[in-house]
Amino acid sequence: MQHTIEELEELARKCRIEIIKMVYRAQAGHPGGSLSEIDLLAGLYGTTMRVRSDDPDWEDRDRFILSKGHASPGMYALLAERGFISHEDLKSYRVLGGVCQGHVDMKWCPGVDFSAGSLGMGLSYGMGCAIAAKLDGSERRAFVMLGDGEIQEGSVWEAAMAAAHHELGNLKVILDRNRIQNDDFCETQMRMFDIPAKWRAFGWNVKEIDGHDMNEVVEGMNYLAETNDGPSILIAHTVKGKGISFMEDNPSFHGAAPNDEQYALALSELGVEL
Amino acid sequence: MAATRDGYGQALLELADNEKVVVLEADLGKSTKSLHFRKAYPERTISCGIGEQNMLLVAAGMASSGYIPFASTFAIFTERAFEQMRNGVARPKLAVHLCGSHGGTHTGTDGSSAQSIEDLAIFRTLPNVTVMHPSDEVSTRILTKRLATSTNPSYMRTARNKTPVLYDDVPEDLIQIGKGIELKNGTDVAIISCGVLVSESLKAAEILAEEGIHATVVDMHTIKPLDTDLIDNVAQRCGCIVTAEDHSIIGGLGGAVAEHLSMTSTTPLERVGVKDRFGESGQSDEMLEIMELSAPHIVKAARRAMQRK
Repeated sequence: MQHTIEELEELARKCRIEIIKMVYRAQAGHPGGSLSEIDLLAGLYGTTMRVRSDDPDWEDRDRFILSKGHASPGMYALLAERGFISHEDLKSYRVLGGVCQGHVDMKWCPGVDFSAGSLGMGLSYGMGCAIAAKLDGSERRAFVMLGDGEIQEGSVWEAAMAAAHHELGNLKVILDRNRIQNDDFCETQMRMFDIPAKWRAFGWNVKEIDGHDMNEVVEGMNYLAETNDGPSILIAHTVKGKGISFMEDNPSFHGAAPNDEQYALALSELGVEL
Repeated sequence: MAATRDGYGQALLELADNEKVVVLEADLGKSTKSLHFRKAYPERTISCGIGEQNMLLVAAGMASSGYIPFASTFAIFTERAFEQMRNGVARPKLAVHLCGSHGGTHTGTDGSSAQSIEDLAIFRTLPNVTVMHPSDEVSTRILTKRLATSTNPSYMRTARNKTPVLYDDVPEDLIQIGKGIELKNGTDVAIISCGVLVSESLKAAEILAEEGIHATVVDMHTIKPLDTDLIDNVAQRCGCIVTAEDHSIIGGLGGAVAEHLSMTSTTPLERVGVKDRFGESGQSDEMLEIMELSAPHIVKAARRAMQRK
């Protein structure tokens, strides 16, 4: 399914509205990382991602692994916009018995391929999916979304080294480089120095983009789709809380919900008339 | 005499006809005995380097794609990947089969850093996970093969060093996941054991028999799900119980039996196990002696249990 840049931008805008609504309703959750990743999710699902909303368990679907599983509102919003779940389901975010668990969970939500919630696990899991695809002789790929703070987990680098060793051209990573983690800016919590150089040194194909410029996002997804000589990573420079003025680049909105006043302001900034 | 890890290696080879069976290694295939599978089926063997956390989740990803992964390393290093087992395997109930070889103080001269004495306890706390510690090479082979059709993830501990073969000529049906095996049927005391201490328990029963004491000996190779029917049965028949394991007295087989008995009976229980301490370098027989796990110590525990009837 091919979309224009404008259509993808509109998809992302709709998702942003749902993200804000979910977090506001639950009065909990992670808006910042959901807003930073959402243009990337829209770009991925709107271009190269091979999935079927009417058959979410289709064996030969591409896998998508949201390793930064706390940014679940972004994933749920996208799944609703793409028809995997209903907009009514979004109201179950963080609610007892709801398909929209606090962190994305494959046992609860259609279209979710990995039970996340603990950082540093998704890349290894995606590697397993990629090896299985190769053994099956299948064209399916594994896409993994990592947070930048997440790559402070040592196990990410176990996986990075192993994926290059096994020459997994069907393993593709998108790194949401939003520069903020739970407690503060990454720069104060744990400096990561030259991130692209680190991945190159581990044997990966690397491309950097502006993760909020939809032309660059689409170009990045095409790069991932076309790069099959070993694993590849798209390092997307993003802004935490992107799209909501008071959330942008603000560590306070990593894991905090807006109050009534902030909620109204956020929706108006997204073009919603209350 | 044979080592249970050899039973594991043999089982993997026998399972290879199923093309969905894959093997994952963390640079210890020569030790855990998955190397035989690797040599015969290199295309279905995934080297994860020295990286246990990654290995567990690669296995999980493969299980989610329809494969039947058997991953192994030393028992002690499986503990490093506990949270991967918890969040990435047990929680989504992906049938990954993790084998920890060289478990217990019996592993010997490598010393305390290699002697896992808490693996059974920690993996037993995880919902969905089957936990086993077979006693001999034959039962290890049979139980490993049975795992391939299980829909639950599992942790199995094997041993480095040789122990007596107990099930040479028995029908395979006798050996089932979750079913303890009565090796001796007495009425004075029941010794419930697992792994390398099952043969020590049989020796203890012989010593007791010389004193006119008739012991039941149970090979409780599956610690979870625990065969509580059999425990209730031998508790009623014998009136007192001894557990014996090469594992901490906290949380392993003894802990599991104590948890069950505390709800169902007042049967006295004595636990033989590593007494909340670490080991040291020594030969297997020396370790069982210094850690107070050998047959004479099981005998003493049996006498104590009988006095408490």
